[in-house]
Amino acid sequence: MTDKNWPLYEVFIRAKSGLSHRHAGSVHAADDEMALNHARDVYTRRNEGVSIWVVKSSEIIASDPAESAALFEPAKDKIYRHPTFYEIPEGVENL
Amino acid sequence: MYTQGLDQQGKEPQGLQPRESAERLTAFQARIDAEEKIEAKDWMPEAYRRTLVRQISQHAHSEIIGMQPEGNWLTRAPTLRRKCILLAKVQDEAGHGLYLYSAAETLGTSRDQMVADLLSGKAKYSSIFNYPTLTWADIGTIGWLVDGAAIMNQIPLCRCSYGPYARAMVRICKEESFHQRQGFDIMLALSRGSAAQKAMAQDALNRWWWPSIMMFGPSDKDSKHSAQSMAWKIKRFSNDELRQKFIDVTVPQADFLGLKVPDDELEFDQETAHYRFGEIDWQEFYDVLAGNGPCNRERMQVRRNAHQGGAWVREAAQAYAEKHAAQAA
Ligand SMILES: [Fe+2]
Ligand SMILES: [Fe+2]
Repeated sequence: MTDKNWPLYEVFIRAKSGLSHRHAGSVHAADDEMALNHARDVYTRRNEGVSIWVVKSSEIIASDPAESAALFEPAKDKIYRHPTFYEIPEGVENL
Repeated sequence: MYTQGLDQQGKEPQGLQPRESAERLTAFQARIDAEEKIEAKDWMPEAYRRTLVRQISQHAHSEIIGMQPEGNWLTRAPTLRRKCILLAKVQDEAGHGLYLYSAAETLGTSRDQMVADLLSGKAKYSSIFNYPTLTWADIGTIGWLVDGAAIMNQIPLCRCSYGPYARAMVRICKEESFHQRQGFDIMLALSRGSAAQKAMAQDALNRWWWPSIMMFGPSDKDSKHSAQSMAWKIKRFSNDELRQKFIDVTVPQADFLGLKVPDDELEFDQETAHYRFGEIDWQEFYDVLAGNGPCNRERMQVRRNAHQGGAWVREAAQAYAEKHAAQAA
């Protein structure tokens, strides 16, 4: 094939106002505008969104799953960051 | 659909990669057994990756080729309402293909490679789309039976161990339900219509019944990769289990329509509460899969022509993008 590869864009959709954008999938497009159009055609045929973000996949910086222990373990033993850690005596209210 | 025992195709990679130590493989299987989802960048055995690439891309190709039999009736739908519905359905199938290509790409294969494999005939797609759509009743039957079988097959895939595939399937399953209902609705109208319309519905059922139940793939005893796919939780039910389930729910629907399923051995077994059914002609299945179905050549030709015919559009879009990027710089 003589076709040049169109870059891959990741698609994020806000289902309705009040919610954050959420990853929906990806599309290929020659440029940003076409990426938005393709995202609309592919991911919002049933009113699934009120707003679309597209970003070139190559622009996303992602953490490495192999490093996830180093990244996330330190938070695991800090259970005192959760309210459930604390015992509230019987009779104390609104706390 | 249309994964259909297409996981039967292709060779398994020989020998373990050095990085696939027994330890790693055990840890991977433990994650699967714990119902953890595997995500794109997670470590996975090469064979797991390849199985998924093969299955997801063949599934995607089936969605794309699957537009052709129904596309054949877009300009001849009997009413404007039916035409709008069919158009929406065919667009959905294009969408399904795109969701799935996108899921497959997360495994490190490229869209261009997958498309090239389809066009060269290297990749397979579901055998069901190699049958012709001769009358309008075929469109009803496809929605009712083919999309119905697809749903049966795809609902368990929503719980597939590979996250991106499972998420694509959730989206697809929501849309398939509309496909099946619009098909049943066509059958309902025909079966309540004139004698000629009813005969047309019966004729379509006669032609599509057996190919539809073949969609679940070869019988379990002949299903090569099933056990491994089950262990990896890519697959949750065996081909025969899904086929039985489909027959059990579909026969009463045919009864409701007043249509006869073309199987003289079909009989409800009170004891097991399942339908018993006749022998499937597996030779036909393998012939169609090998490229010798009624429409295999036409389907491939149409796809290649569409790809070539669209080349100038892709080139123009690329040139436009480059020009604008240059102006902005
Ligand atoms: Fe589909
Ligand atoms: Fe469908």
